[in-house]
Amino acid sequence: MIRLISIEFHKIWKNKANRFLIIAYFILLSFVSLFASIEFDLGSLHFRLADMGIFNFPYIWHFTTYNADFITFFLGVIIISMITNEYTYGTLKQNLIDGLSKSEFIQSKALVIALLSLAATVFIFLVTLILGLIFSSYNEASIVFSGLEYILAFFIKIFFFFSLCFFLGTLLKRSAFAMGFFVVWFIAERIMYGVMKFEIFNRAEWVDTFCGYLPLTASSNLLIEPYSRLSAIHTIGNQAGINYDKDYSVHTTTVITVIIWALLFLYFSYRIIKRRDL
Amino acid sequence: METILSIQNLNKFYGKLHAVNNLSLHIQKGNVYGILGPNGSGKSTTLGIVLEVVNKTSGEYKWFDGNLKTHEALKKVGAIIERPNFYPFMTAQENLELVCKIKEVPYAKVDEKLELVGLLDRKNSKFRTFSLGMKQRLAIASALLNDPEILILDEPTNGLDPQGIHQIRDLIRKIASQGTTILLASHLLDEVEKVCSHVLVMRHGKMLYNGTVHGISGGTNIIELQSTDLQQLKTVVEKFMPFEKVTIEEGKLLAQTNTPIETSDLNRFLVQNQIYVNHLVKRKNSLEEQFLELTAK
Repeated sequence: MIRLISIEFHKIWKNKANRFLIIAYFILLSFVSLFASIEFDLGSLHFRLADMGIFNFPYIWHFTTYNADFITFFLGVIIISMITNEYTYGTLKQNLIDGLSKSEFIQSKALVIALLSLAATVFIFLVTLILGLIFSSYNEASIVFSGLEYILAFFIKIFFFFSLCFFLGTLLKRSAFAMGFFVVWFIAERIMYGVMKFEIFNRAEWVDTFCGYLPLTASSNLLIEPYSRLSAIHTIGNQAGINYDKDYSVHTTTVITVIIWALLFLYFSYRIIKRRDL
Repeated sequence: METILSIQNLNKFYGKLHAVNNLSLHIQKGNVYGILGPNGSGKSTTLGIVLEVVNKTSGEYKWFDGNLKTHEALKKVGAIIERPNFYPFMTAQENLELVCKIKEVPYAKVDEKLELVGLLDRKNSKFRTFSLGMKQRLAIASALLNDPEILILDEPTNGLDPQGIHQIRDLIRKIASQGTTILLASHLLDEVEKVCSHVLVMRHGKMLYNGTVHGISGGTNIIELQSTDLQQLKTVVEKFMPFEKVTIEEGKLLAQTNTPIETSDLNRFLVQNQIYVNHLVKRKNSLEEQFLELTAK
């Protein structure tokens, strides 16, 4: 296993562009706190997030992971190019000829995807912990370490995202196609939901449940936006007549659904490589 | 004799196209094999199958004694297919180190093999800065990292300039002289003739000939002659002994026979008949002539 990780790490790290992207990613992650300076203008009301207690445990777990997830989008580029480059350079073929089996090839990629997700998760955990310990109004261990399910959700969400990127890269062999297809897929799920919910099944409840099992919908349900959860925004929203009865928690079924999709995408990638003549 | 690779009734279909047709062959240790065949004859597909990059439709193949999984066996094989495939952003050294990781051989081999192909002074240059000839030599270095039992080269001189071709050919000879088994697929017949001890001729996915280079030319002797009056020469030569075929081609008289013949006897006979030749050569049918004859059917 060490051998497989070291092979893949060698491939990624010797590439200047990848090195730059990864370092930039971790620097950006540590600047998640900058979101604190976001200012809101709601009509005549004007306020800053920083004053809303966003650094309070356990809320901060939700806040940082949600924002960090946005930044993670651009690591998808590395994952896609990690496989499409192997096609363009012809190195997938050469790796196999040199004695790497197809399953080892996929394993080495999957291991690095998992490790990268884990590294980002540990990093965001530490950043959040430090931020929280500095700014949070509460620092009892029981409160600090409640809400850790958001960290788990973050890990699963980016692991899923990387698996999907990897699958699209494997399937389409070209980075640009893979990225384009991702966007199309995303929109397609939304349209499908919209059409089913409002046009065909007349706002039936089960449509939500069903669409909750679709890969991208499920993964975006893992971390719901945290802003409207702030009490201040609640108050304002209520005054404006908006009803907030959103469920912000991380659901076990969603977690399992997303894990299954992530593993399926890795497995599909293996099947594709296995069956393809290179 | 030790068998390195044996193929039994191998078949490959691309849709309706029968690219490899019930192919069987054995590669023995220590020989240098040339695989000949026109484009699309199934050479590369066959190599691709035994190297695990192309899926077979049916049939069997086994490496060595068949006790190793194919990808484990491939760690004892060195192969280059079509063009050199490396990571352009890595240096020569980094690329070879990656191959070391895959093949599980120590990094110490990297310098040794770079030296062998004459790229040691460029080891810190990125692969993308290399010329095609250098890329091809790096590919050979990479294939040799594990001191393979067999070296497989698919069109190693394709697209190279004369110097490049010469360098690669020298390298192949050097490697062959060290006792490494080599399997060389090529269209360049003189290349195969010069380097190989055995030839496999393929067409339409089938094996047409499998044996020694010497054997393919058979017992046919060809005598090439030239003198000022070719017509007169022809009449006299035909009197010497019954030849299979006597023709005039490109200013030369070609006489073909299947019986052993001494050129000195022929020369003496010609002199007795007042004919003095300025060209007299006995040769075997060239590989090219044999190959064209075999594949034309």
